[in-house]
Amino acid sequence: MQPNNAPIKAEARNLSFYYNGGHKALKDVNLPIYEKKITALIGPSGCGKSTFLRCFNRMHDLYPGNQYEGEIVMHPDNTNILAKGVDPIEVRMRISMVFQKPNPFPKSIYENVAYGLRVRGETNKRDMDNKVEEALRGAAIWDEVKDRLHEVAFNLSGGQQQRLCIARALATDPEIMLFDEPTSALDPIATASIEELMSELKDKVTILVVTHNMQQAARISDYTAYMYLGELMEFDDTDIMFTKPSRRETEDYITGKFG
Amino acid sequence: MSEQQASTLKDLDAVRAMIRRHKLNDYIFALIGLLALMVGLLTLLTLFVDLVMDGYTRLNAGFFTEFPSRRAAHAGLLSAWVGSMLVMMVTAVTAVPLGVAAGVYLEEYAPKNWFSDIIEINVTNLAGVPSIIYGLLALGLFVYILDLGQSILTAGLTLALLILPVVIVATRESIRAIPVHIREAAYAVGATKWQVVSDHILHYSFGGILTGIIIGMARALGETAPVITIGALTFIAFLPPSPVSTEPPFLNFEWLSAGFTVLPIQMFNWLSRPDQAFHVNAAATGVVIIVVTLLMNGTAIWLRYRIRKNIKW
Repeated sequence: MQPNNAPIKAEARNLSFYYNGGHKALKDVNLPIYEKKITALIGPSGCGKSTFLRCFNRMHDLYPGNQYEGEIVMHPDNTNILAKGVDPIEVRMRISMVFQKPNPFPKSIYENVAYGLRVRGETNKRDMDNKVEEALRGAAIWDEVKDRLHEVAFNLSGGQQQRLCIARALATDPEIMLFDEPTSALDPIATASIEELMSELKDKVTILVVTHNMQQAARISDYTAYMYLGELMEFDDTDIMFTKPSRRETEDYITGKFG
Repeated sequence: MSEQQASTLKDLDAVRAMIRRHKLNDYIFALIGLLALMVGLLTLLTLFVDLVMDGYTRLNAGFFTEFPSRRAAHAGLLSAWVGSMLVMMVTAVTAVPLGVAAGVYLEEYAPKNWFSDIIEINVTNLAGVPSIIYGLLALGLFVYILDLGQSILTAGLTLALLILPVVIVATRESIRAIPVHIREAAYAVGATKWQVVSDHILHYSFGGILTGIIIGMARALGETAPVITIGALTFIAFLPPSPVSTEPPFLNFEWLSAGFTVLPIQMFNWLSRPDQAFHVNAAATGVVIIVVTLLMNGTAIWLRYRIRKNIKW
């Protein structure tokens, strides 16, 4: 890998993953996630990029029979978040997630953002108000919702809902934010605003994003990983990946000859 | 060229004829379906109208404020509807927490394996067990073993057992209707299972659970067989002690051990008398039971609509 002065925030080491029933969805993946950078995961459908992303907040633990092998180590504390002794809830407290389809709770806008804080035991009304506002500002949606914080979140448009979900994931001050194809359910204008927002967020937080859209990876990410059939084929600086990838398969996928 | 055009036109005619033939089946089935619907609906409607015609002369305020009597014209429903209400109260207080807790456990906490599969199949089957079986079970368990007597408490618990499967199934189904992505969103912010259940699952499934409870209660209201089995009284000219009083401690529980009757039993009793005049009372009671049941089911539908309106997945 190329020289790089960004510290590593987390890294997957020999990570394999088996779904219930034995299907091996990830094969020996090694990947560093650099601090306060955007790392994009690209690859054709079924290549394991979403499976890989969901390992980072132990989402697979919600369903019986799934198995991890290998490690994901967080820095600077060197915690292997896949270790048996580490509670998935602790992992989710540190690493938050934004989903493919905007999924606000059927509660008020305020409650959506406040929920993560409530789960963390925040009871002080003023602190809560401040953090909710800060998160909504951080997700560039404050001006649109500040007068209707107590309305049901479903009244927002799709793009606004997704920014609300970003605010919810941001409110708890996570170390890493996971984005699972965050714009695939949105129109081009809403997509542009989410992309802009992600570029702003990387000053504060480390981002790992799965995307179907190669142009999106090229536009927003600092690093890109190309996955195929559960394996990490190539990982590099985004500029290098999109101009002179070292593997033929990567080039075929990026240029649209395949996938 | 013109020959080709002609042949195209001819094909089109054939296609249209074929569509007409196929559509004939649509009409035929619609007709059969409508007839099938009418057979059921009209029969029920006739029964109801017949009941109203028979009983309407007794449907006045006095009918609800008088005790049963040897003279049909003065016999009323007072002890029966009070008894029904008190029994329903016991049923609700027992079946709702048990049923909802069991449903939530099965859906959210229970490990998914062959054992939980067996439980799942059996809970659904329990809803189909004839109600007299519950009556026999209750007679053995509540009356003889636990010695609760032939009381309101026994009746309430028996009917609670009867509708427990209905509540459990309704709870599970409304929980299952919550989309996976909402559940995942709650877990992803770091919530524990109980936080997800109490802050989200129960809120979002509330409408469906409530509907299930009301429909179960409506069923319990009309149940006769199990209540006869445990020995409800058929002629009762006094009310159980009142559950609330104006003096401290304001609540008392003596009514739980009181003897009782309920609406369907009163109806059954009147119907079994040779004197025709009592049959009018029975018909009037039938109308009351049907109207209350319809009102309960209507409320359930209205509540579900109201609560679901704010939740669009």
